[in-house]
Amino acid sequence: MKSKSLAAPYLVWMVLFTVIPLAIVAYYAFTDSQTGQFTLENVSNIGNYMPILIKSIWLALISSVICLIIGYPVAYFIAGCDEILQRFLYMLVMLPMCISFLLRTLAWVALTEDTGIINNIITALGMEPLPLIRNNGAVVLGMVYNYLPYMIMPLYTVIMKIDRNLVEAAEDLGCNGTNVFKRVIFPLSVPGIISGFTMVFVPAVSTFYISQKLGSSGTTLIGDVIESQFKTAYNPNLGAALSLVLMVMIFICIGVMNRFGDDEEVITL
Amino acid sequence: MKKIIPVLLSAVMLFTAMPVKANAEPVTINVYNWGQYISDGTDGYIDVNKAFTEATGIEVNYMTFDSNETMYTKLKTGGSTYDVIIPSDYMAARLIAEDMLEELDYSNIPNYAYVDEAYKNTTYDPDNKYTVPYTWGTVGVIYNKKYVDEADIGSWDLLWNSKYSGKILMFDNPRDAFAISELLLGLSINTEDEAELRSAAYKLIEQKPLVQSYVMDQIFDKMEREEAWIAPYYAGDYLLMVQENPDLGFYFPEEGFNLFIDAMCIPKGCQNKEAAEAYINFLCSAEISGQNLDYLGYSTPVSDAKQYMNPDTAASEIAYPTSETLENGSAFCYLQTETSQLMDSLWLEVKTQGSVDSYAIICMSAVAALLASYFVIHNIRKKKRLANRCKKWKQ
Amino acid sequence: MKRFNKIFTVVVLFFLYIPMIVLAVASFNSGMDIAVFKGFTFDNYSELFRDSVLLPLLLNSVIVAVLSSFIATVLGSAAAIGIHSMGPRLRRFTMGVTNIPLTNPEIVTGVSLALLFAFVGTMMKINNILGFMTLLIAHITFNLPYVILSVMPKLQQMDPHLEEAAMDLGCTPVQAFFKVVIHEITPGIVSGALMAFTMSLDDFVISYFVYGPKFVTLPVEIYNYTKKPLQPKIYALFTLLFAAILLVMVLMNLLQVRDMKRNRENRRAFRRKQVNV
Repeated sequence: MKSKSLAAPYLVWMVLFTVIPLAIVAYYAFTDSQTGQFTLENVSNIGNYMPILIKSIWLALISSVICLIIGYPVAYFIAGCDEILQRFLYMLVMLPMCISFLLRTLAWVALTEDTGIINNIITALGMEPLPLIRNNGAVVLGMVYNYLPYMIMPLYTVIMKIDRNLVEAAEDLGCNGTNVFKRVIFPLSVPGIISGFTMVFVPAVSTFYISQKLGSSGTTLIGDVIESQFKTAYNPNLGAALSLVLMVMIFICIGVMNRFGDDEEVITL
Repeated sequence: MKKIIPVLLSAVMLFTAMPVKANAEPVTINVYNWGQYISDGTDGYIDVNKAFTEATGIEVNYMTFDSNETMYTKLKTGGSTYDVIIPSDYMAARLIAEDMLEELDYSNIPNYAYVDEAYKNTTYDPDNKYTVPYTWGTVGVIYNKKYVDEADIGSWDLLWNSKYSGKILMFDNPRDAFAISELLLGLSINTEDEAELRSAAYKLIEQKPLVQSYVMDQIFDKMEREEAWIAPYYAGDYLLMVQENPDLGFYFPEEGFNLFIDAMCIPKGCQNKEAAEAYINFLCSAEISGQNLDYLGYSTPVSDAKQYMNPDTAASEIAYPTSETLENGSAFCYLQTETSQLMDSLWLEVKTQGSVDSYAIICMSAVAALLASYFVIHNIRKKKRLANRCKKWKQ
Repeated sequence: MKRFNKIFTVVVLFFLYIPMIVLAVASFNSGMDIAVFKGFTFDNYSELFRDSVLLPLLLNSVIVAVLSSFIATVLGSAAAIGIHSMGPRLRRFTMGVTNIPLTNPEIVTGVSLALLFAFVGTMMKINNILGFMTLLIAHITFNLPYVILSVMPKLQQMDPHLEEAAMDLGCTPVQAFFKVVIHEITPGIVSGALMAFTMSLDDFVISYFVYGPKFVTLPVEIYNYTKKPLQPKIYALFTLLFAAILLVMVLMNLLQVRDMKRNRENRRAFRRKQVNV
């Protein structure tokens, strides 16, 4: 069929604006900022930033797990409602994403600061203010808050599509509620879990705004370092090298996650 | 038809991918200045950019940066051009050394004649070829009188005082931050000695656990709302902050302090040099400089401008310190590119220090080990299951 | 269990809306400090409408969002139809390329595009390449995969014989294509376009790396604003935006619900007729 050629402009576009730019990133990662010659210096410097990378992955991982624990019951509940309520609830979950995430994060800052809303209330009640902001917990809170809808969306889509007949069949065959969940619903929602996990993990691991606003001077994440190399300390070569490492790390993580899906012998999204 | 669509789409794509040259609009200049660094019409003060457009018909597209290094990076990265930039002295010197500035045509800037002699023939632009001073000022310590003990003030070491841990802010740019630790260590703020720079960096790392955050323009908000109590910053900005929160105090540390001049320059690649020079000339006039800096609180390099100011501002000892105080100040000089780069990488070390979280590393390795064992066990089980199935099938 | 889930869902939804409540309250606050409610006022709103900076920025964002989602929808829908008729190998390659911007962190996409534009700028000696066009290209690039992902499933669901049937009934191939294929995938196209529009309207990270001084979008400027003391009129702007979006969404939902009910009744009526016949 000739309609294959309809994809040609798209392919040209994607090669021009995603493949070539990534090649340029790789080129920058292996060249010297002054002379433009080939060097391994940027890549060998990466060792210094390993602790930061590990910390970023760790915080993103915690956030993804919390998102899953919070998101699953919500998605499960929404998928079980009647159609009209389903649409309405789904809309409610999506709606916060329409408002600038910068401002929403800033609202959390206003809530959790030492002189913020929560602490103002606490001190008004005569208690000692709590250290709510500028720690790892606050960064995780910011990530969970911002990316929770990305977890609920795919989970809901997958759970909703589970054939109710399967559940009934399992019940007819003598499964109780817990077992139906364990043996039918949960395994069938694995693709949703994987895709939700990815959708939370990737933006969380590379964030720079959340850690700048909610983190302490010690919670510098890999995204912060990359951003600073391109925005304040002019060293695009180091920034490119770090971007490359981040990319590889993410591909490894996604690969590992997809292994779960393969093992369950279900179709991945 | 099926062939036409891709052709059409490709055409649309080519069209959109083509860069567009600036079209014939009224002349607009891109001005790139520090944040919170021009009178913008708040509280009944003059709106400088609007006044300029009214006077000349030239539109101003005003953009801000929050540190010299941000501005330098933006210029260096390329992709965008500016007509007027206002870096500080040392950065102007660096831009001159790297051939990134246009020479100014001073015949288009007649108001330059009114600039005080003290701000001409400076170390950063010895022959007066590239710059026109915008303001000058000093760096000192801003503190909140409600929380900070009067006995602790007087020196830069207030910023290292663990009593105020978590309530201390710090400059988010290498040059200003290094200057403070260098002054505290008794070093020159223009040192190019690697060992000295390293010791200064070490001092900053020592301070890091006490620092709430590294910020620039956010200092306003954090100090006014008492989220933080101590911050080193520019004297002119203190005068703005104290209007919002009268509990704030200011002092010049005894070890000395930085004395700076911010200068207007035209970067290479500028689109409207004459309009840019007209803008510089406008800001340099006694009347505008006076009204502008009356709001800003920074000090004017045009003495005549003081007559257009509120007399209290003009007499302020913080904006215009006595010559005795000024003797204690020192200006930044140009640093060699290698030194700048060393400072940048040391600064990155300072900022990323302490992120080494052994806890996170241990947990991550545990997770990795768990995952690995999961896959191994799973594979073994799967093989067994398959083998069993095969056996059954054979039977 | 169901009851627990219900309460839990309500709590989570509340959690998602806490910042919106904070912003909305702050927009009526007469003081500058977001954490201290000084008094009720509408001043922030009147100031917002007198503001000459924020509203044009919002317009800029809308222009980029409309154009980029439109172009991405056209390119992406065509591509989806193309991919649908590809052989397995080419198809895997194309989907792999599609997955790059989806799995790449935004910051890497932004950085790579910034480097590309800087590179092209120096090659072609255009020193002010960053601007409207670069923003538009970047937005189209990250919008395209979303369009494809929402159109592809509709194509897969479509009965491949429908097109043939239309041609057997006398349609030319072009007519068959527009009347059958496009008709079948329209819901996918619409949802893809909507998704692209929202992603583009709210994008900060990628825009942050490719914007130029001549054309700035609202989220980028908000970022610059958050580095300075924030003016309460920004809260007012976003409270209004939020209210508008909420209104549109609720209306759309109500319309859909009405359609759904009508469809159901029609079906019932149809069935009744069948029974009677």
